[in-house]
Amino acid sequence: MITVLGLFTLTFLVIAALATVQSRNLFVASMWFCIFSLMMAANFLILDAADVALTEAAVGAGVSTVLFMGALSLTAEHEHVRERSGWLPALVLGLLFAVLFAASFEQPRLGDPLAPVHQHVAPFYLSETPRLIDIPNVVTAILASFRGYDTLGEVLVVFTAGIGVLSVLSFSPKKNQQLSGEGVAERVRGVQHHAILRVAGKLIIPLLMLFALVVQFHGEYSPGGGFSAGALFAAAVMLYGILEGADRSAKAMPQDWMLRLAALGAMLYIGVGIVCMMLGGNFLDYSVLSSKPVAGQQLGILLVEFGVGLTVSTVLIMIFNAIANRSTY
Amino acid sequence: MNSLLLGAGLAILVTMALAMIRGLKGPEIYDRVLAANVVGTKTVLLLAVVSLLYGRPDFLDLALAYALINFIGILAILQFVQNREARRQIERANQKGTR
Amino acid sequence: MSLLEWVAALFLVCGGFFVLVGGVGMLRMPDLYTRMHAASVTETMGTLLIMTGLILIAGWTLASVKLFAILLFLLFTGPVASYAVANTALIAGIKPQLAEDGPQIGGPEVPRP
Repeated sequence: MITVLGLFTLTFLVIAALATVQSRNLFVASMWFCIFSLMMAANFLILDAADVALTEAAVGAGVSTVLFMGALSLTAEHEHVRERSGWLPALVLGLLFAVLFAASFEQPRLGDPLAPVHQHVAPFYLSETPRLIDIPNVVTAILASFRGYDTLGEVLVVFTAGIGVLSVLSFSPKKNQQLSGEGVAERVRGVQHHAILRVAGKLIIPLLMLFALVVQFHGEYSPGGGFSAGALFAAAVMLYGILEGADRSAKAMPQDWMLRLAALGAMLYIGVGIVCMMLGGNFLDYSVLSSKPVAGQQLGILLVEFGVGLTVSTVLIMIFNAIANRSTY
Repeated sequence: MNSLLLGAGLAILVTMALAMIRGLKGPEIYDRVLAANVVGTKTVLLLAVVSLLYGRPDFLDLALAYALINFIGILAILQFVQNREARRQIERANQKGTR
Repeated sequence: MSLLEWVAALFLVCGGFFVLVGGVGMLRMPDLYTRMHAASVTETMGTLLIMTGLILIAGWTLASVKLFAILLFLLFTGPVASYAVANTALIAGIKPQLAEDGPQIGGPEVPRP
């Protein structure tokens, strides 16, 4: 069953990757990249990894496509073809591929119960989660509690990426590159003059935001968690920006408040860790947050995931507003 | 019942393959946008079928999320194409005006 | 199999058939707008039949409610997205190919009247 479905989706993945690489038109390449992310999400689902599939679908096929399209409207559409011959990179890649191919024969088979990862680490997590944390979604337990320190690093990476994008995009464009003439503003303001799209799209925005909140707080019981919820919430705001114009979405979600909320999300995560230390435990040891250790762990996971969702959503909204609000061309 | 779901899943995968061939061949940009749209909506169906095939109703959240996200992706692509067309029309009008 | 499972099997088979027909149509149709028409068959009939079959298989559970919500969203946003693509193509100046225009691009030759 897995074989047949996996065979199809892996083949599509390779086809989409090759189509992305060989197309000279950047717009077509980014559309093929959207299809690639979709196939990757389907692959993750077939391999029974639901949290990763949700995050990959929301980020890769939704948010990434919007950001790519926004960036492409600021640059040229066709790739600048280089004249150098690429024999050295081809040789290096060929050697790397041969080494990886030879090494893949030493790997254990997919799902082999005698593999080391299924002997030491996985049984520990599977047996300790009902005892210590008592939530059904083991992935969230591992992400937020057992390996909470790594997730703190991820949140800080997302925050740093947001600051990096803002510092690059805050250069103002040269004066002579702005298009002049009346009617330009209406004609390049996006899909506003499609009344059907606006009515239908605006009905979906509150549903998407509600669904993002469901995914955020249901992350302990079903696939979800902070990362996917943040991406879904940002996608809802991006839909508003596409339908009504990026200036109105920047007015609805001002940049400085987004920056403050992103910092607040990271500070919430670190703050939970420091409160745990002040209450007598280790850094990010949530058991001391409540009189019962299990309740303390669940409270800690809830707060930490909320911090993650806050940072991810505000950083993505910040990047979208920064890219979409630069004057076109 | 499992084999029936598997058959439906295979039909959906074959259609995705046909749509991707159209995306590779399509002479216009809109053929490729259409192919991306079809692949997106068929992926939602595939996710729903696979979730029932595996007996895990939790996976339906993914299909729900993706049904909403696909719309946003297609709208973003269309906004870009519209901007490009508007810019080209303005350039052509400017060229005609200066000539 | 019980009657409900037979009906669900019928829905799934018909849904798979419509999805395949739409996919083949996307390849063989000569013009952009006719291809969109073929693709919309998969989005409406295929989605409706397959989702109804899945709802009948799932029974009276929460999964059926979620499947129904997915069906509603797909039926709501699918045609709107198709309309958006067709409208953008029309505004950009791509004209539908008519029978009097002669042999079509990428399709079989039709005998001229």
